Amino acid sequence: MSSRYLELVCPAGTPAALRTAVDAGADTVYCGFRDCTNARNYPGLNFDFDELREGIGYAHARDCKVLVAINTFPRAGDEGPWHRAVDQAAAAGADAVILADLGVLDYATRRQPALRRHLSVQASAANAPSIRFYQEHFGVRRVVLPRVLAVDEVAELIAETGIETEVFAFGSVGPMSEGRCFLSSYLTGLSPTSEGACAPASHVSYVESGGRVLSSLGGVTLNSFARGEPAAYPTPCKGRYVTHGRASYLFEEPVGLNAISILPDLKRAGVTALKIEGRQRSRAYVAEVVGTFRRALDALGRGEAVAPAGALHGSTEGGKETRGAYQKGWR
Amino acid sequence: MNAPRLTLGPLLFHWSAARRRDFYLRIADEAPVDTVYVGEVVCSKREPMVESVQDEVIARLRAAGKEVVLSTLALVTTPREVERIRERVAGELLLEANDVACIQLLAGRPHVVGPYVNVFNEGARDVVAGKGAVRIVLPVEMNATSLRVVAGSAGATQIEYQVFGRQPLSVAMRCYHARANNLTKDHCQIICGVDPEGLVAETIDGVEMLTVNGTQTLTRGNGVLLGELGLLRAAGVTHFRLSPQDLDMVAVATLYREVLDGRRGAEEAAGALRPLAGETPWINGFLHGRPGRQWVEPSPA
Repeated sequence: MSSRYLELVCPAGTPAALRTAVDAGADTVYCGFRDCTNARNYPGLNFDFDELREGIGYAHARDCKVLVAINTFPRAGDEGPWHRAVDQAAAAGADAVILADLGVLDYATRRQPALRRHLSVQASAANAPSIRFYQEHFGVRRVVLPRVLAVDEVAELIAETGIETEVFAFGSVGPMSEGRCFLSSYLTGLSPTSEGACAPASHVSYVESGGRVLSSLGGVTLNSFARGEPAAYPTPCKGRYVTHGRASYLFEEPVGLNAISILPDLKRAGVTALKIEGRQRSRAYVAEVVGTFRRALDALGRGEAVAPAGALHGSTEGGKETRGAYQKGWR
Repeated sequence: MNAPRLTLGPLLFHWSAARRRDFYLRIADEAPVDTVYVGEVVCSKREPMVESVQDEVIARLRAAGKEVVLSTLALVTTPREVERIRERVAGELLLEANDVACIQLLAGRPHVVGPYVNVFNEGARDVVAGKGAVRIVLPVEMNATSLRVVAGSAGATQIEYQVFGRQPLSVAMRCYHARANNLTKDHCQIICGVDPEGLVAETIDGVEMLTVNGTQTLTRGNGVLLGELGLLRAAGVTHFRLSPQDLDMVAVATLYREVLDGRRGAEEAAGALRPLAGETPWINGFLHGRPGRQWVEPSPA
C-alpha cells in the first residue's frame, strides 16, 4: 500500500476490539498476550494464543496487519514468558513484534530472525545513535518514538537514521521518559516495567468526601475533584501535587494527545505510521477514533483538507486536547 | 570475594560552581570512596556551569587516588547533546552510559552502564556486557530477588547498586522545576539551582511524597541500605553507590566504609547516620519488593 498517506496503527485490547478496529479502517492493529509480557496487563484485556491466531486470520483476510507488543522488561530469572511470547507471536503469524528489553530483542533476533522487530516506546529511543544501536544489533525496522519530541526533531531523526517511525497520534500525553519511570512502583510496589501495569486498578481507589472525589493510588492521594470536573485516571504523573504551598498538575494537566490537526506536518517529517493509543478503552472509543482518523487520512490522501480537530473531544482523556511535545512550548 | 568498593555517584542536584568545587575537593581529600562519578546526568542546560570546575575536580580526585568516571546524560534528544557525548567518548576517561546512545557511540570500548539504562535481567545484562560494559549500575527499582539473579551470575562484570541517597524515579523532557515556578524549560532561568536538595512535592493532603530536581523526579526520602549491605554483598554486588546529598557526605562515606569493612555494625552505623541525615525520612522499599516509598526494618544480618 505504497500510496497510503500514513499507516494507521490501532489498539486491540480484546478480540472484539480487534475486529472493531479492522472494520473501522485500521491498516494495522496491535495487541498483546494476556500476561506480564505487555505494557497493558490489565484484567479482562489481551489475547491467548488461539485468540491471537484467529485475530490475525480476521485481520489478514481484510488486508490489515497485526503487531504483537511484548514490551515489558522480564523479571530476572524468569525470562521464559517473554521468550515464549516471541515464539508464539511468530507461530501465530504476527507481522511484527514490538519489543523493548535488550535481552528479549537479542532472543528474538537469534531465535526468530524472520519475524520483523519494532522498537517499543518503552525503550525510550529518542536520538539517532540509540536508534542506530537497535538497527545495527537487532535489525530493528521500525521505532515507536517517545512522546517527547517536537515535529522538527522527529524529521531530523528520520533523515539521520532512515528508519521507519511510528508516532503517537491520539491517546495520552506521556510526560516521563517511558519505560524508565518508577513512580507507580514507588507508590504501589508493582513495577510497570516488568508487570506491565502502571497504576494497576487493584491499587486505585475513589472516595467521596465533602462533595468532592478523592482519587488515590496505593493509599497515596493523587487528586481531588468535583463530580463532573475533568480528571485523569490516577497515574502518578497525572496527579495534583503541592509545591511552594500551591496545588497544581505538576507533571501534566488532565488532557489527551490529539495530533489530527498536524497530520500533514508528520507526513512531511517522513513519519510512516500513526499510533492510536487505547487498548484499555471501549469498542465504541476504538470505532470512533479509528473511523475519524481513517476519514482524515483518506481525505488527505485525496488532497482534501482534514476534518476539524474538534471531532474527537468526547474521546480524549479528561475531555481536553493538546498536541503535546509536537508543538513548541510544551516543555 | 574482592574487597567491596565504595563509590560516589554523580551529583544530581544543581549546585553552583563554587559549591561543587568545594564539595569535590573535600571528597578528594577526606572521603574513603574508591570511585567518584562526575558530570551532568539530568539536564544539558546545566552543563556549562558543571564543566567550569570539572577539569580541576577530576585532577584533584585522580591525584587523591580515586577512580574517576564521567557520567553522561540520561535523556538525550538534541544533536548538540549527542555531539557532547561524542566528544566525551573521544576523551580518555571511563564513561558512565546513561542512555543507549552513549553505548552506541562507545562502539565496544570499556564503560560503565548507568542506572538509567534498563538492565533488569540476565539477558539484558549479557547484551550490555557483550558491548563493553565492565560494570553495570542496576536500577533502584530492582528488588533483592532479581538482584541476586543478575548480580550472582555476572561473572567478571562488576555490579553497582545505590545504597544511600534519594532514589531516581524518572527523567522527562519537560522541566517540572520550571513548571512549579511558572516557567518553561526553554526559559527556565536554571531555577533548579535554588534548591540544593531539590523541591519537595506534597500530596494534596499534605504528605511529602516526591523530590523535583529539574527534569528528574526523585524519591522524597533518602534510600538507606545500611542494614542490607551484607545481603547485597552476598548477592554479588561489588560496588556500593552513595548519591550526593546536601549533608556531610564524608561522614556518610566513612560510616558506610566502616560497615563494609566489618569495623562497625550496621545498627550502630544507622544510629550515627540519623543526626547526619536530618529530617529527611529513610526508605528502602524497592529492595524489599515493597512500595519504594516505604521503610522496612532490616532484619539483623
